[in-house]
Amino acid sequence: MKDDSKGAPRTVPIQSATFSNPTNAEIRRAAATGIYDIRGGGSKRSLPHFNDLLFLGASISRYPLEGYREKCDTKVVLGTRFARKPIELDIPVTIAGMSFGALSGPAKEALGRGATMAGTSTTTGDGGMTEEERGHSSKLVYQYLPSRYGMNPDDLRRCDAIEIVVGQGAKPGGGGMLLGQKISDRVAQMRNLPKGIDQRSACRHPDWTGPDDLEIKILELREITAWEKPIYVKIGGARPYFDTTLAIKAGADVVVLDGMQGGTAATQDVFIENVGQPILACIGEAVRALQDMDMHREVQLIVSGGIRGGADTAKALALGADAVAIGTAALIALGDNDPRWEAEYNALGTTAGAYDDWHEGRDPAGITTQDPELMKRFDPVEGGRRLNNFLKVMTLEAQTIARACGKNHLHNLEPEDLVALTMEAAAMAKIPLAGTNWYPGKPGTSY
Amino acid sequence: MQTFDLEAQGLRNLNAALQSQTKDTNQTAWEIVNAKGSHAIAVGLDAPIEVTVKGSTGYYCGGMNKQATIRVKGSAGPGVAENMMSGTVIIDGDASQYAGATANGGTLVIKGNASSRCGISMKGVDIIVHGNVGHMSAFMGQSGNMVVCGDAGDALGDSIYEARLFVRGTVKSLGADCIEKEMRPEHIEILTDLLERGESDAKPEEFKRYGSARKLYNFDIDNAY
Repeated sequence: MKDDSKGAPRTVPIQSATFSNPTNAEIRRAAATGIYDIRGGGSKRSLPHFNDLLFLGASISRYPLEGYREKCDTKVVLGTRFARKPIELDIPVTIAGMSFGALSGPAKEALGRGATMAGTSTTTGDGGMTEEERGHSSKLVYQYLPSRYGMNPDDLRRCDAIEIVVGQGAKPGGGGMLLGQKISDRVAQMRNLPKGIDQRSACRHPDWTGPDDLEIKILELREITAWEKPIYVKIGGARPYFDTTLAIKAGADVVVLDGMQGGTAATQDVFIENVGQPILACIGEAVRALQDMDMHREVQLIVSGGIRGGADTAKALALGADAVAIGTAALIALGDNDPRWEAEYNALGTTAGAYDDWHEGRDPAGITTQDPELMKRFDPVEGGRRLNNFLKVMTLEAQTIARACGKNHLHNLEPEDLVALTMEAAAMAKIPLAGTNWYPGKPGTSY
Repeated sequence: MQTFDLEAQGLRNLNAALQSQTKDTNQTAWEIVNAKGSHAIAVGLDAPIEVTVKGSTGYYCGGMNKQATIRVKGSAGPGVAENMMSGTVIIDGDASQYAGATANGGTLVIKGNASSRCGISMKGVDIIVHGNVGHMSAFMGQSGNMVVCGDAGDALGDSIYEARLFVRGTVKSLGADCIEKEMRPEHIEILTDLLERGESDAKPEEFKRYGSARKLYNFDIDNAY
């Protein structure tokens, strides 16, 4: 019989969407090692985000302002509810909390330098307050974390605001783990633990168990600091309506809301990718809580988790935030994951832009490390200059958009300036689908 | 002696007055009356003064204390002496949960019993409890000493780092990575000093010592459960 199969069309191999190559690789890695993947950064999966919103701009029904010529103010005052000394920032973009230990001292210094030049604040992290950061930050927010590493009343009194961290977007409900290889003498001394051992950060505050305790804890911190400092409460984007409500009830001056795109120094990949909600789904719920309690703009809202530029900033403000915070974007601005180190990223089995094993302490850019030789590669003065440039660009971009919408202050941006490109984004952000006056769940509207 | 009527003069005035004292002050003795369970009494002090609180306190009495000696002639609410840095806090009665939490230094003496989570995440403080402590005491204790003259509840010293625990009575259960350890002469010496400072007449030889097996010091998947 003649064989006709040679040369006949064949079915093209199709990769499974469920068992994709990255999924299969992770199964093989887990099977070989018996341990889950630990990494830094935020969620890498595709999520509804600010990309899915667009500004309408002004035509006849709205009157635009002249770009670059007419004033568009950017100032923001945080802590106007109870604090005797609220913080005034020149721009509504702040630097999110990142710990000394996870970051090098020069990296913290650069954050302080850049933020100060731009007229905004930086934030400490798990690990306490460093002289580099205090010395170079004109305005410094001191985080009060479950671990209380480095917490002392002297630093409480020399900060400009206190941020009580209840949760973070990358791991709401989870604690942290700074692995032993990053525990230098200095990090160990600041955290009161032996050198070289893993330093676990608890997932909950050791001396309070709920919102009523939080209220009394805030009272204690105010009494220790003479009611001067604004008290922020930071929550991960999990149940933003209820958590915002309870933070306000407990007496927060400012609520910091961190979505699941927000980064972490190190935690389980399965946690980063599967716990929490994207920031787009959280802002509207937090704003609704503020409005229901008649506290919108009296208690300020800072939004973080995947903020990458001026457009994201403007969209977050239009949805009701008072300011945004950046973490990952700030590290990239400093020079982390820069292609100039590509050969070294390759040697670590990764590539520039994807490096996230910050817990191993071998960051070629010298930013997320405690290795003295790697740290020498990073220039805090140049890093500060770059961060300042980036913050300026973010602000100019947001102002450009705001003027086009006819606004003389970034805070005058409003939900009516936005439309959504997808039904998902429309539903999450509570913004009409483009070309309609409808979004899912809004009574009295139709497609 | 400075007498401060908390009910009449208010919490803010009290703490402002105490916090304004310096190391050279001649107002070294303070008595607080009408405490009535108020929260955040005598927090954030930083001078070698002696403060006596007549009556029981609410949350966080003596929080973040430095240098001062604070004595409560009653019982203390949750979080007494939390994050204390130095100085002494003495409770004549009982203490509620998380007494001495995250405290870095100084001495906390509880003449009665302490509730759950006594010394949680302790970071260098010395805690002497004349009575019993509740469950999860010294959880994640980093350093310092805890002396329990009575009994300890469940999960004592869970996930402990380098804190030393001395218990005279029974321990209901030990937490993860906490084990009984040999009582060597240097520990008797440490304990003798602690008991003396804690105004206890218990005998050091009656105590057992507990501490970390150090198996959780570096992440190991075999330790997960």
